[in-house]
Amino acid sequence: MSGPSDSERIAISEIVARGIRRRRAAEARFKTYGAIAILIAIAFLLTLFATIFSNGISAFTQTHIRLELALDPALIDPDGTRDPEKLKSGNYRKIIETALFSRLNVDAKSPDARLARLMLSDFSHYELRDRVVGNPDLVGTTESVWLPAHSNIDQYIKGAIKKETPNERRLVKDQQIAWADELAAAGDLKRTFNRYLFTRGASSKPELAGLEVALIGSFWMMLIVLVFAVPIGVSAAVYLEEFAKKNSLNDIIEVNINNLAAVPSIVFGILGLAVFVNTIGLPRSTPVVGGLVLTLMTLPTIIIATRAALKAVPPSIREAALGVGASKMQSIFHHVLPLSAPAVLTGTIIGLAQALGETAPLLIVGLFAFVVQAPATPFDSSSALPVQIYLWATYQERGFVERTSAGIIVLLAFMIGMNLLAIILRSRFERRW
Amino acid sequence: MLGLIGIVLVLSVLAFVAGSLRALTLARAGTGRMLHSRASYHGGFLAIMTAVPALFVLAFWAFGQPMVVEGQVDRLLPPEVQSASALERSVIMGQIKRVSQNLDALSDEEKEAIRSGEKPPVAVLLPKGIPVSGVLGAYTIDAAETYAKLTALAEFWRLAVVLGVAILCFFIGYTRLKPEFRARNHVERAILVFLIVCSTIAILTTVGIVLSMLSESIDFFSRIPPASFFFGTVWDPRFGGVTRAGAEGQFGLIPLLWGTLYISLIAMLVAVPIGLNAAIFLSEYASKRVRFFAKPLLELLAGIPTIVYGFFAIVTVGPVVQAFGAWLLPLFGLEAPTSASSVLTAGIVMGMMIIPFVSSLSDDIINAVPQSLRDGSYGLGATQSETIKRVILPAALPGIVGAILLAVSRAIGETMIVVMAAGVAATISPNPFESMTTITVKIVSQLTGDTEFTSPQTLVAFALGLTLFAVTLVLNVIALQIVRHYREQYE
Repeated sequence: MSGPSDSERIAISEIVARGIRRRRAAEARFKTYGAIAILIAIAFLLTLFATIFSNGISAFTQTHIRLELALDPALIDPDGTRDPEKLKSGNYRKIIETALFSRLNVDAKSPDARLARLMLSDFSHYELRDRVVGNPDLVGTTESVWLPAHSNIDQYIKGAIKKETPNERRLVKDQQIAWADELAAAGDLKRTFNRYLFTRGASSKPELAGLEVALIGSFWMMLIVLVFAVPIGVSAAVYLEEFAKKNSLNDIIEVNINNLAAVPSIVFGILGLAVFVNTIGLPRSTPVVGGLVLTLMTLPTIIIATRAALKAVPPSIREAALGVGASKMQSIFHHVLPLSAPAVLTGTIIGLAQALGETAPLLIVGLFAFVVQAPATPFDSSSALPVQIYLWATYQERGFVERTSAGIIVLLAFMIGMNLLAIILRSRFERRW
Repeated sequence: MLGLIGIVLVLSVLAFVAGSLRALTLARAGTGRMLHSRASYHGGFLAIMTAVPALFVLAFWAFGQPMVVEGQVDRLLPPEVQSASALERSVIMGQIKRVSQNLDALSDEEKEAIRSGEKPPVAVLLPKGIPVSGVLGAYTIDAAETYAKLTALAEFWRLAVVLGVAILCFFIGYTRLKPEFRARNHVERAILVFLIVCSTIAILTTVGIVLSMLSESIDFFSRIPPASFFFGTVWDPRFGGVTRAGAEGQFGLIPLLWGTLYISLIAMLVAVPIGLNAAIFLSEYASKRVRFFAKPLLELLAGIPTIVYGFFAIVTVGPVVQAFGAWLLPLFGLEAPTSASSVLTAGIVMGMMIIPFVSSLSDDIINAVPQSLRDGSYGLGATQSETIKRVILPAALPGIVGAILLAVSRAIGETMIVVMAAGVAATISPNPFESMTTITVKIVSQLTGDTEFTSPQTLVAFALGLTLFAVTLVLNVIALQIVRHYREQYE
């Protein structure tokens, strides 16, 4: 047997070389697929953030118009008593209209009067009323007051409604644009920080709708989750990790918890409706019901995080404690648990952040109520931050699209803040054994 | 109620102090015996003795009191009310309770007017801001007065019994405090019981989920035959005509199931290739720096609330998909899509949401493949991609299948994205640009409409929820088992 001839060798090495080229190309292709996958995901993330921010950042400012209001006692305090209760029923709308018409040189009976009225928010007289009721000495004086502009004017100033659009297809008419430009030139119209976004509840007018009720409702719910889920979750984890013997009951508990972590959130909503509302009789649409539902949802997260944290504490700690005469309970509560506290805390914050953004179960237990007054206790009707965002997203007006995005920015800010806190805690206190 | 709990807790704190001091005194008394347990355990024992039995009594009382009081009041009601349906009686009892809490708002003449039948109760009570309806009769005032009287009586006795139990148990415990008393063992046993109770809450939650949905679902299936629910192809629940005969509506599950599965399929078509490739790239190719930035960004996708994805779907993705459909469909002689909400919109966005889910699970699983398999493959001259494709992926396949199943279960149960972006029309169609609906969308719409819990229109939500729970439960259990088996295989 002789080996391959030289010509055969060349042919073989060519085949091999071609094969290697092909394989290298395949290698490069495969690597590119991976890079493309990552890029697609990141591009998607960036588009999402860009959409939300470009839509929502303008909602943090709001257009106001300054008017010189003569607070005529005949209109708001005919008896001259300065009684706050009486002042509440004054005719503030009339005062504002008078000032507005004289500022814009409009005759109250002309067709332009309707357009002039639409320069200001429908409810701007409540703003004035609250101001006067809060300070009755103002009656009889002339006050220079910044009143919220109508949502459409606001959108024009922010550039969402364009001057170039033909008059008949535009929500803001030519005359109003002229007025707005004139007011802006005179310094009587400006954009300021939008405090209504944080100080008002639900409203059918976008310029007056705010997140206050939603934020307070979400705050109550987070508090309830914290008060219930953390002690219960940590206790359950301690039992399962440190005390539970390997038997079928504990196996079932184990499978159960892993499964609960993957049950659709809406199912928890149905459970809350059936158990907390229909059986126990807690009031619907309240943070207490929402908080309890979110507690049940957050429990698996906290249990799983705590178990991992307990598992990470080396046996030497337990043995040392037992060696100097501690009972098992003492070794766990005095030594193991404090050592795993940072990891437990991290898991808890991540669980809370998840609960904060949860929408579907809260819709089911009725936290979509139209609530204007901030809930004083967890037993009062309320809304929740993500549900408020959902409700705003169902409205068509441009003003609400902006508000929706602003609400999402607030929600994301909370969530990213909480996650950052978790990362910082983890990197600062994490202990490697 | 809350006040009473507060009193018991304060007593329990006092008992803790008393127990600790007592133990210290015993130790100092010079009996020559050391304390078995530290003083704080004696205190803890007394605190538990004081609070726990009293709180148990309170819990039973809170449960039993309305039953006893309502039973007594029920006897006063006239026969025509006695013979009414259970639901009507519970409505009447609820309103009597409300009246009993607001009796002070009524003058004697008003009470007399109602009692004599001169004025119907609703005419007097509603203007006073007491929400009642026309079902109440002249018996209202007597019943409400009895209700208020019995409740006041019961509350007095509740206070007496609960405090009595607390104090009695405190003294029983107090007499047991001796230097050799094993207080720590008792306290630790109580703590262990508490830990066990906490860990069974997970089971109770599952049981609660099943029971709550089962009873309402049985109620539903007693009106609508199961076959027409599970195999029905028409979804038309007909809101409004709840009590009218023949207005039952049709509750076919098939269109909802079709929409759910179709959207999940599209979501998986987006998420699996991207997620798997991303996981392979990150775990096998990416440099440390790339991984440092890319991994948290991917995980951020998982942390974004689904409501945000839903909004993004209708504002940004929907119009693009619609425009694409308007260009594509006429080429095949089909009509252009009429709305931005479609199966494709919801599916794409849901897929994006699931990417990090697939990628981080697959990442774990790929990392669990032993290094020896890689080394063996490299030793035979395979390139990195050949190693991944021919060795690592086949070895990791069961784990990856488990991860994908978990992702499917998540897609099926996802709610907000489909509520906002999939539409509400229950249609069965292969056209991905058409808007369809899912099980979760219908649960939300049936439960957020009216709140009457007796109509099939509402009850169907529980049947849908049960179906959803069953499907995801099976998927989760199978997936978790596969992943667990897979991990054990390489350990």
